[in-house]
Amino acid sequence: MTSLLDTISEIEQSAIGELKSASDQSALEAWHIRYLGRKGKLTQVLRSLAGVANLDERRAGGQRANVAKERLEAAYSEQRSQIEEQRLSSVIAGERLDVTLPGIAVPRGRLHPVTQTMRDVLAAFVSMGFQVAEGPEIEWDHYNFEALRIPAEHPARDMWDTLWIDYEQDGRRPMLMRTHTSPNQIRIMEKTRPPVRVVVPGKCYRFEATDPTHEWMMQQVEGLAVDDGISMADLKGSLTDFARRIFGPERRTAFRCDYFPFVEPGMEMRIDCFICRGEGRLEDGRPCRTCHQTGWIEILGAGMVHPEILENVGYDSGRYTGFAFGLGIERIALLRYGIEDIRHLYANDLRFLEQF
Amino acid sequence: MRVPLNWLADYVDIVLPPEELARRLTMAGVEVGDIMRSGEEWEGIRVAEVVKVDPHPDPEVERLRLATVELDEDERHTVVCGAPNIAPGQKVAFAGIGTRLIDGRTGEPTVLKAARKRGVESAGMVLSEKELGISEQHEGILVLPDEAEVGAPLSSVLGETVFDLDLTPNRGDLLSVLGVAREVAALSGGQVRDPSIEHAAEGKPIKGRVAVQIAAPDLCPRYVAALVENIKVTESPSWLQERLLAAGLRPINNVVDVTNYVMLEMGQPLHAFDFAGLRGGKIIVRRAGPGETLTLLDGTRREMTADMLVIADAQEARALAGLMGGSESEVTERTTAVLLESANFSPAGIRRTSQALKARTDASIRFEKGLSPRLPPIAAQRATKLLVEICGGHAAEGMIDVYPVKEKEARVDLTQERLHRVLGVELPATKVRRVLESLGFGCRWVPPDRYIVRVPYWRTDVKIPDDLVEEVARIVGYDQLPTTLLSGEIPAFSPQPLLRLRETVRDALAAAGMQEVINYSLTTREALAKVLGPEELAINPPLRVANPMSREYDYCRPTLRASLLECLAKNVRSQPGMLSLYEVGRVYLPRDRELPREIESVCGLVTGRRPDRWGQPTEDEAGFYDAKGLLENALDQLHLQAHYEDTIDYAFLPGRTAEVRTAGERIGLIGQLHPRVTGAFGIKADVAMFELDLDALLPHVSSVPHYQPVSPYPSVEQDLAIILPEEVPAARAVQIIKSFKLVRDVRPFDEYKGTQVPRGHKSLAFAVSFHNPAGTLTDEQAGRERGRIIERLKRELGAEPRS
Ligand SMILES: [Zn+2]
Repeated sequence: MTSLLDTISEIEQSAIGELKSASDQSALEAWHIRYLGRKGKLTQVLRSLAGVANLDERRAGGQRANVAKERLEAAYSEQRSQIEEQRLSSVIAGERLDVTLPGIAVPRGRLHPVTQTMRDVLAAFVSMGFQVAEGPEIEWDHYNFEALRIPAEHPARDMWDTLWIDYEQDGRRPMLMRTHTSPNQIRIMEKTRPPVRVVVPGKCYRFEATDPTHEWMMQQVEGLAVDDGISMADLKGSLTDFARRIFGPERRTAFRCDYFPFVEPGMEMRIDCFICRGEGRLEDGRPCRTCHQTGWIEILGAGMVHPEILENVGYDSGRYTGFAFGLGIERIALLRYGIEDIRHLYANDLRFLEQF
Repeated sequence: MRVPLNWLADYVDIVLPPEELARRLTMAGVEVGDIMRSGEEWEGIRVAEVVKVDPHPDPEVERLRLATVELDEDERHTVVCGAPNIAPGQKVAFAGIGTRLIDGRTGEPTVLKAARKRGVESAGMVLSEKELGISEQHEGILVLPDEAEVGAPLSSVLGETVFDLDLTPNRGDLLSVLGVAREVAALSGGQVRDPSIEHAAEGKPIKGRVAVQIAAPDLCPRYVAALVENIKVTESPSWLQERLLAAGLRPINNVVDVTNYVMLEMGQPLHAFDFAGLRGGKIIVRRAGPGETLTLLDGTRREMTADMLVIADAQEARALAGLMGGSESEVTERTTAVLLESANFSPAGIRRTSQALKARTDASIRFEKGLSPRLPPIAAQRATKLLVEICGGHAAEGMIDVYPVKEKEARVDLTQERLHRVLGVELPATKVRRVLESLGFGCRWVPPDRYIVRVPYWRTDVKIPDDLVEEVARIVGYDQLPTTLLSGEIPAFSPQPLLRLRETVRDALAAAGMQEVINYSLTTREALAKVLGPEELAINPPLRVANPMSREYDYCRPTLRASLLECLAKNVRSQPGMLSLYEVGRVYLPRDRELPREIESVCGLVTGRRPDRWGQPTEDEAGFYDAKGLLENALDQLHLQAHYEDTIDYAFLPGRTAEVRTAGERIGLIGQLHPRVTGAFGIKADVAMFELDLDALLPHVSSVPHYQPVSPYPSVEQDLAIILPEEVPAARAVQIIKSFKLVRDVRPFDEYKGTQVPRGHKSLAFAVSFHNPAGTLTDEQAGRERGRIIERLKRELGAEPRS
């Protein structure tokens, strides 16, 4: 009896001992066959129990052998998962990726910076309830000038040097490349009744030599809001809100009197310089070039729609008032991206455009 | 307009520092573009006292003397000086060796060097006005006021601050120092002191000796003439020269300087005729005769047209009204009597003439902005006074004043309600009145709601109540008004489908890796002729700009092709790999007697070598199918089914060009550009290009895609390979396969031409997805459908199945 139990213990001990040296899958399987296989040592002991006559002895031997079997099976699966883990980690070590190498190249496209800026500007006004409309780039003198209170011999025509289309009618040239988006004030009011809240984006053209701050083609946004009860206070508020959406919520605005024939009163909006925070000088004391040391940056022209213009489109100017504004997108793009020369925008050098 | 502050101070007290005054003026609409300080260029020049004057040691030299000047107790210099007026006790401007100044003879900038004059070392220089650049005076040295502090920088004694104003076209009245003084008074709370016009009139009456006739009252509402005799034409006194120079005008002689001075002072342009040069004592204001010519003061001979106004005497034109005088009646040193013209001319007439002759003068700039017809007599009296005082003349008694239609005093009624409505705030009536009166308006408050406002004559720009609203607001300060957000009704939404379509396409192309560019809308006919056929250009000639800035930009582009290729040509050298660019913009198609049709157009191109896994260019050239992929991707974004049909186009390679169609309508074009076209732009590589007409596309785009429920039954995927005659387009096979009921989708995935297929044939493979919406499809059912498809492809296209 003792010898049977001793035999089982011996088998168990030698099995555990051998298992430690089974360092790969095949050695492990060989070990399993050797001890737990159909002809394995422990299996044989179990089988031999059938020949033991003493019932107690047989039972005790069986229990001990089963315990040994369970232990060996547990040790086996433990060792197996260890071996598997070692194998995997060596595989992983061998197939390591250099995660710092670049990914597979995907061609990169970009919207033009003026397009991006235009969208942001329009979105700011759309969220204030303005709708977007457009008008023709080649315009009649009538809409571009006459209807805006700028007749042929008016000195204010000097504010807009014009590219004229080579087309004559009754001895005059009535067609031009629009010099601003303002003709759409008239076009929109001719078609709609108050309340009006519209922004009109589009290209405009000037007979103008280019330099770092002037282009002959430019994109503008015209704004128009007309209703019973719209005042200059609303104009100031709406445009200040716009400036903060584009240039940051801490922006301050200032309004100064200015002149455009189609508004009265007329004004220009400035924002405090966001480079020098309105100081005119940078932190290291150098003069601020963004605002020419004034601390303020001119952003747009605006005003209350001239009552004559309202009357001419059939609005009752005693009841309806409104404001209009016009801003240049390029200028805003230059400011927000810190571009030093407007001519970069339409030179279309990809090394420039790819940065936006 | 340049306004010297010392001059301005004649008419109003300047109580604010220049920077603050400039800021207030600017905020009120009178933009101070620059604050210029004369004297900044006088670095190193100091006030010195002449302590003694000795004769030159060389007795031969009579003209030169030795002056000793003192700058402080320890610093004395002896200089050789030729000025006749130098005397002990004078305060003078002294420049030491190394100082920068203006050479008195040449007028050029120079640096003072040590010099020996007739054997005597001169340790510097006592300066004349010309050497300091403050007037043309060079006869004697500049003598400073006695109170000037010895040793102080000259700029602290003589320095002048000048505002350079950027004026708006509505404020002709501000083209005068007096006009600016009125603004300063309103903004800083002062009183305006009008210049004196009182003068002696010792001469014989003008009446009977001068006759003025206005033959064109539409162009000349008023003409005032005054006569000053016994004058001596010479150089103006220094103070007058200094003021003109500070304001940016060159002194000429005392008579012309007086007319310019009064123009700068009051804004009224004046002209002085040599009375001897006027025949018959007559002034006739009339339109120019046909072919009439006149030699002007600047020496140019001008031919005039019948809508130009001239000032003529009994014989001929003597001046171009409101622009410039003629040389015949020019005031010269020999002049002893002048006829002074102070007139009002129609702004439009002056502007027309000035533009036609391409001549702008200080006078025309003022007239074209609109001056008050009530100003001429005041300015004439002021100028007469100065002519008498400065040129030693005798004024003839009286003036000739022809003023056929007297302008009524302007009155504007403003209600408190209107003021509130426009500004969004209530202002007390006392404040409104105070502001308007400070600007020279007469204002009577009529409770409960009305202001009766008398507009001062110089404010020709104020016509309606809202003009007064601006006056009140700008003096109170726009920044003092409240700030509110829009309230009230938001207008009904009106959709803008074209804008939406355009932006969707723009995004889709950029998302697919294309770079957006924006080119100028104008191009050249030569560039267009590279991409459009001669017939096309002849039938639809593009619009031309009448006054282009340069030959590079003189036609409105009817296609984006040319500018995009020019853009590519500029970039191709700096970009070794694949380039894909696009532009979205309007093209302009002329119409008879109407504005051109403006079409929203898209043009894209692909060229160069495709990238490898690293983004490095491979040997593989991008081409037609790259462009088509980009286009299909964009159209897919719009859920649009497009068809491609062979076509030909001037700019494209035959056999590699397709029309893009949807629902039977042409919406665009795609193809490989003809090497002749790319070559014309200096591009060597192959370029594939597509164009879309968004206006044509728009009706076919639905705002939302058509949704179909996802089927619970699986699909069966099978491949199908056929051999087809080469000329049969794959699209026809696709169309046939798609027409089968159990086919849900079909995609070509291989094309082969070569030794494995008979000559003139190609092999095509399709991945077909079979599906039965009513139940699970078996492989056998799919196979049977596939067999039927092959039968039909055989029958209709002459296809052979390929094993
Ligand atoms: Zn700044």
